[in-house]
Amino acid sequence: MKILVCISHVPDTTSKINFTDGDSKFDTNGVNFVINPNDEFGLTRAMWFKEKQGASVDVVNVGGAETEPTLRKALAIGADNAIRVDTPATDGFQVAKQLAKVAKEGEYDLIIAGRESIDYNGGMVPGMLAALLDANFINTCISLEIEGDKATAIREIDGGKETLTASLPLVIGGQKGLVEESDLKIPNMRGIMQARKKPLNVVAAEEVSTRTEAAKFEKPAPKGAVKLVDPENLDELIDLLHNEAKAI
Amino acid sequence: MSVLVYTETEDGKFKKAAFEVASYAKEVAGGDDVVAVSFNATDASELGQYGVSKVLNIQNDKLSKFNAEAYADALKQAAEKEGSKIVVVSQSANSKYLAPLLAVHLNAGYVSNVMAVPESTEPFTVKRSAFTNKAFNFTKITTDVKIVGLSQNAFGLKENQGDPTVEDFSPELKEGDFTVNVESVDKAKDKVTIADAEIVVSGGRGLKGPENWGMIEEMADILGAATACSKPVSDMGWRPHSEHVGQTGKPVASNLYIAVGISGAIQHLAGINAAKTKVVINNDPEAPFFKAADYGVVGDAFEIVPKLNEKLKEFKAKNA
Repeated sequence: MKILVCISHVPDTTSKINFTDGDSKFDTNGVNFVINPNDEFGLTRAMWFKEKQGASVDVVNVGGAETEPTLRKALAIGADNAIRVDTPATDGFQVAKQLAKVAKEGEYDLIIAGRESIDYNGGMVPGMLAALLDANFINTCISLEIEGDKATAIREIDGGKETLTASLPLVIGGQKGLVEESDLKIPNMRGIMQARKKPLNVVAAEEVSTRTEAAKFEKPAPKGAVKLVDPENLDELIDLLHNEAKAI
Repeated sequence: MSVLVYTETEDGKFKKAAFEVASYAKEVAGGDDVVAVSFNATDASELGQYGVSKVLNIQNDKLSKFNAEAYADALKQAAEKEGSKIVVVSQSANSKYLAPLLAVHLNAGYVSNVMAVPESTEPFTVKRSAFTNKAFNFTKITTDVKIVGLSQNAFGLKENQGDPTVEDFSPELKEGDFTVNVESVDKAKDKVTIADAEIVVSGGRGLKGPENWGMIEEMADILGAATACSKPVSDMGWRPHSEHVGQTGKPVASNLYIAVGISGAIQHLAGINAAKTKVVINNDPEAPFFKAADYGVVGDAFEIVPKLNEKLKEFKAKNA
């Protein structure tokens, strides 16, 4: 089984979110970038398929050279090859198109992407990729087993979950649950050394016109200080929720 | 030109999200028609209350369970039949599942997590949330056909009484639409889901164990709220996975979020930021949640919550 894991290069959760160039660009100054958490769960599940079922695992990212440390980290976790499509990621459709080209050429059986990136939260790349490849698609996937060319997956739905089956080739929009957080791998020294020698192929991007353009950014208005209510005076809390917040 | 909306049902009944996308579409459409697509709806005319002028109601047993590919195919055919240039969907798990497929099939630009009616229609620019609610982004859609994914509770319901025509619609479905099959669904019946809820009551590690959730469930019952929990709580198996809210769990966009015994780790706050009013009850005044909350009570949850429940009951009895 050939697996491709799509890796998004995102600011870590604790990053300060600021914008530059007249609020048109994300300010990367002093920001630490990581593998998108939703992708990391998928990557770790892919490692399980590699260890237990002899799968090969490639990772791919669409982005400039600055994203390579993130791909190297994926290699250090255990991926076999990395591919970087050499173009900035501009919108979900453009990224999905670039990934579709890589996916077609590599003839992958299973493609795992995170359900969304934690920066732009578009949540559209996995589905668009599946549609472009005419492959089966399961989103918000929290469990995945593969037997031959048949996949059994559990998808999180509003208020519960459902079990689905589909044949390969399959695209997964993954998230926590594919593996647990405690199963995530921190690359060890040996992995990091090996990753330096593993192939990281830079491929030229296709010409793709985008369908959306991110214009100006804006930060939410600063929040006022919390209003503390005395635990002996809970009527006040109910009054505030009813009359001030109009929430009950 | 009409605006098309995907109006979600469950067991034949419209979900609140269906009425919200209809209300929003009516505002976006201006004088134009809003056409809804519903699947196996028992009473499609209900949508007239929210400004829908025509319902394409699909009655098909093969579509009794949600199927992203088949539903997207049906919506594509509806949009083409109606010549709709704008399609509005909610941001429920199902809508988020099908919207990217529909976008490819319709050659449409799709914007998710939309917070409001378009800033402008030429160019078509919408405000969306990004960076897990830490910022907003104004995004232009540059294609002829546009798909808007409206965040839950971002617009609310707006009544607009009309008398819609209800038309039977039978899209031509392909074999290829049914290659992902639902084998079983595991869902609590008669429980408000986090996605649909106006109010979410959430518990954290401060509650010390799953046996102490009775008072959380009681509060949820009184308020008609959904129950939720923090990540450690679902990791330890005290509560089901589907209740985990936060960055790697479910997002919360309810009107009210009540957090009991949750310290407010940055990953948790990222997931609940979109809730309009936040209340925290915690015995540690230094808990980071107090910085993110609108209202706070410092003290022992095991004393405060039962008292608060009694008072909420009285309040509800008076304001019913």
